[in-house]
Amino acid sequence: MAAPVSLQVEFGGGAELLFDGVKKHQVTLPCQPEPWDIRSLLKWIKQNLLKERPELFIQGESVRPGILVLINEADWELMGELDYKLQDQDNVLFISTLHGG
Amino acid sequence: MCDATGDGGGCGADTEPPRRRRAPGTSHPRTCMKCGQGTAALVIRVGDPFCRACFREYFVHKFRAMLGKNRVIFPGEKVLLAVSGGPASSAMVRQVQEGLSREAAKRLRFVPSLVYVEEGAVRRQSPEQREQTLAQIEALLQATGFPYHVLHLEEALELPPSILQPGPGTSGPSGPSYKKAVDSFIQQQRQDGDSGSSLPGHSSQDTPAAPPATRGLPDAAQTQELLRSFEAAGTATAREELLEMLRTHLIVQTARDRGYAKVMMGDSLTRVAVKLLTNLSLGRGAFLAVDTGFTDQRHGDVMVVRPMRDYTAKEIAFYNVFFSVPTVTVPPLFTKHREKPSIHQLVERFLLGLQEEFPSTISTVYRTGEKLSPEPAKASSESQRCLLCLCGLDTEGEEELALEPTLILEEPEAGAESKAAYIPLLCYSCRLTFKELGPLDTLPPYVRAEGQRRIHRAEMEQNQENQESSKG
Repeated sequence: MAAPVSLQVEFGGGAELLFDGVKKHQVTLPCQPEPWDIRSLLKWIKQNLLKERPELFIQGESVRPGILVLINEADWELMGELDYKLQDQDNVLFISTLHGG
Repeated sequence: MCDATGDGGGCGADTEPPRRRRAPGTSHPRTCMKCGQGTAALVIRVGDPFCRACFREYFVHKFRAMLGKNRVIFPGEKVLLAVSGGPASSAMVRQVQEGLSREAAKRLRFVPSLVYVEEGAVRRQSPEQREQTLAQIEALLQATGFPYHVLHLEEALELPPSILQPGPGTSGPSGPSYKKAVDSFIQQQRQDGDSGSSLPGHSSQDTPAAPPATRGLPDAAQTQELLRSFEAAGTATAREELLEMLRTHLIVQTARDRGYAKVMMGDSLTRVAVKLLTNLSLGRGAFLAVDTGFTDQRHGDVMVVRPMRDYTAKEIAFYNVFFSVPTVTVPPLFTKHREKPSIHQLVERFLLGLQEEFPSTISTVYRTGEKLSPEPAKASSESQRCLLCLCGLDTEGEEELALEPTLILEEPEAGAESKAAYIPLLCYSCRLTFKELGPLDTLPPYVRAEGQRRIHRAEMEQNQENQESSKG
């Protein structure tokens, strides 16, 4: 049983427009049997934070191509991407590099 | 790219496409491939981890290398930087700031100003939201310390018809050579002695001393007129093209009026790749090199330069996060209810999706674009130059069948200004866009004025020819 995890989740580059224009979100992920990773965080975001048009943010179980992910200001490609195990007080930043739509 | 490993995971067998196939980062923290010491902060290209310090050096060097290699920005020259508030142009401004703050030997030696085109009207922003965006942008522009100009897209309605003609003068090799310009600049500096001024060349009088006060938003009537043009356009693709055209013309006119011979635009490598395939799909194959290349000389006196085209969108985004480069986000161009997405959007989605599985897709498209020549875009005379994009007409010698989709056949009323009469003035691609734009009275006045002038001129020439041939 994993303890609740507190995170700062941020959106930038236009991705915030899908979240009521709010860039910074303090979130607390509830207890769950499995440890939280980015994969399960994305599911949680889709259910709890995303206001509209999830297809503009999520594709399959990952983010849509063109959206970059930074974990504690480092490229998620260095951290195991979807499999990264979230720690308490982590900062996860999603930046859209898409032009429009 | 299929690494079938014998366990049935060959091409097409997967239901879920395999995402990046790099080694999972179990061994993090990884170290920088460049210095071998710092903790890697991002992966550029495939599998090249960089630490922050090395990434910064790499990024800053690339900008200087781009300008150094191409040698088109002369020392002391006034350069207008087109800023949208987006990531690439904001990073570009930061590179110029970096370059100007270097020690003398390495300092960039041109004189920058900024220009911003406010497009809230066509991005469905309320007047309050527009004011808000403007305030953010002005704060960003002011913080640079460079002179700046703020324009509204509505001002495109007042552009002079002459923006559709190349300006007189320095195009190509007729201008002074780079080396000569540098030599005379250095001499000039010696003569100026140790006046110790940090900015080279120009007296400060020709740049506005105080930033121009924003004159508030344009009249509601003008906004309405502008919106009418965009709403009359039948497709999202045509609207994108219209916006791009109006914005470019506004920026080039500003440069022309105020004596800037160069305009820097912030197209990134990713954007260039998307633009290459987009413009190919739009029928602009002949003009890809000028539409996306480092230099674009179609406007004659004002050269458009794209110094950011070596940076991927990812590099730019990371640079901006790491080094706190401020950006301002604006909503995208409006679309109509249940409308198909523009070709621009489709191509972007397609390329980025492909890139996800095949990480060299975008750089391959970009590098292929490098091989193209700007020659086909050159126009020999006014009658051979596209009214809208100023490129050389690519319709000559085409078989009639190929041009058929570009013709406008239905137009009953005679005598009145006819949309069909404009078709011969346009290149293949602009014909297609023009057809999707609204009726003539929804076009920007400068386009109509210049179009009418050319139509009359063509008629007169035709009449003269007829007279001469009847004499003979």
